[in-house]
Amino acid sequence: MYSVNYHRATSVADAAKLVKSGDAKLLSGGMTLIPAMKTRLAAPSDLVDLSRIKELQGVKVSGKTVTIGAATTHYDVANDEKLKKACPALAHMASLIGDPAVRHRGTIGGSIANNDPAADYPAALLALGATIVTNKREIGADKFFKGLFETALKDGEIITAVSFSAPAKAAYEKFRNPASRYAIVGVFVAKGKDGVSVAVTGAGDDGVFRSKEIEAALVKNFAASALDGVKVPAKNLMTDIHASAEYRANLIAVMAKRAVAAANV
Amino acid sequence: MSDLSLMVNGKRVSGTAEDRTLLVHFLRENLGLTGTHVGCDTSQCGACVVHVDGKAVKSCSMLAVQASGSSVVTIEGLANGADLHPVQAAFKEHHGLQCGFCTPGMIMTATDMIARHPEGLDEATVRAELEGNICRCTGYHNIVKAILAASKTMAKGVKGKAKQAA
Repeated sequence: MYSVNYHRATSVADAAKLVKSGDAKLLSGGMTLIPAMKTRLAAPSDLVDLSRIKELQGVKVSGKTVTIGAATTHYDVANDEKLKKACPALAHMASLIGDPAVRHRGTIGGSIANNDPAADYPAALLALGATIVTNKREIGADKFFKGLFETALKDGEIITAVSFSAPAKAAYEKFRNPASRYAIVGVFVAKGKDGVSVAVTGAGDDGVFRSKEIEAALVKNFAASALDGVKVPAKNLMTDIHASAEYRANLIAVMAKRAVAAANV
Repeated sequence: MSDLSLMVNGKRVSGTAEDRTLLVHFLRENLGLTGTHVGCDTSQCGACVVHVDGKAVKSCSMLAVQASGSSVVTIEGLANGADLHPVQAAFKEHHGLQCGFCTPGMIMTATDMIARHPEGLDEATVRAELEGNICRCTGYHNIVKAILAASKTMAKGVKGKAKQAA
């Protein structure tokens, strides 16, 4: 790792000031950034640690509205009793990220700011129609995720929370790479008052996306059987050593079916 | 460089380290606590697992300066003098190690796992929870046995204490 200057921010306002120094990067759980720095794929001059800022932590549920602080760890999301009642699918999804030690450090804000094409949270937030709140503005999930490791965040902009309206039904299913355990395909389905939305991670050439074919079939009938014979096009899906685009296309339909079945239980 | 102040195995520790120093290197090189191992160095193998503020974390993926102000427990902090911690005793009893390289991380993960599941553990849960700890001697079977046995022993201990308290 190259030399770096560490700063521990005490508030969001403090962090916003500190991040202006040099070529600074924001550090939350560090489960991606620190490994990237160790291999010198990232070499910021300064790190601004957000993980001790109280105002960025915790899950709030008020009626149907769920708000999750950006520095809330995957472990805390997975185990939050209020969230388990309001949106059990999201708590379950968080319990599937990485391993226990990674879940103790990694955060929701860090995950979505990084927007790894195989990360789980982007699929959940896109399907839930979540709003990403920053220290400057509010951004809809559909406008936030811009491509591989790309988001709508401007330099120095800090995610403070995500919020969404709890869906009537939702579930997440992922098909993992047996070695890395990352999603080869992950599908989050959500049925709310605005209809059905289905978001896919791990598969898109350009990162997370919504599957129109699956959504069209589920709008008519929110049942796993409604997806019998539904074909997802392989166009714009990734091909790599783990899976071809055609295989991923088939997996999307299979994972969507499993997710709908789980959502209907 | 930053000044660090943290609790390690119940003792106050102060020191100076470069900001880029990883927690695992601070523990091993500055404090001489070489029980915590560096295996893969890419946060996958779990040989470096320690507890920070009561939670298992990978000390190769955290800066030492991030842990300043925290309380850290390493494998050296588990035994009470010559008396092994119940998880250490169970690994010995059930032959939960061969070469021993992954063992400190396995044991730190196991103690965290047992603490998070006071209701008890089953084999499937133990295997799922060991996702972030790799043993290349292929010794998982006895590791799982050891963790299940320790979980039972520790549950009895808690009940025994509750009885005494009553």
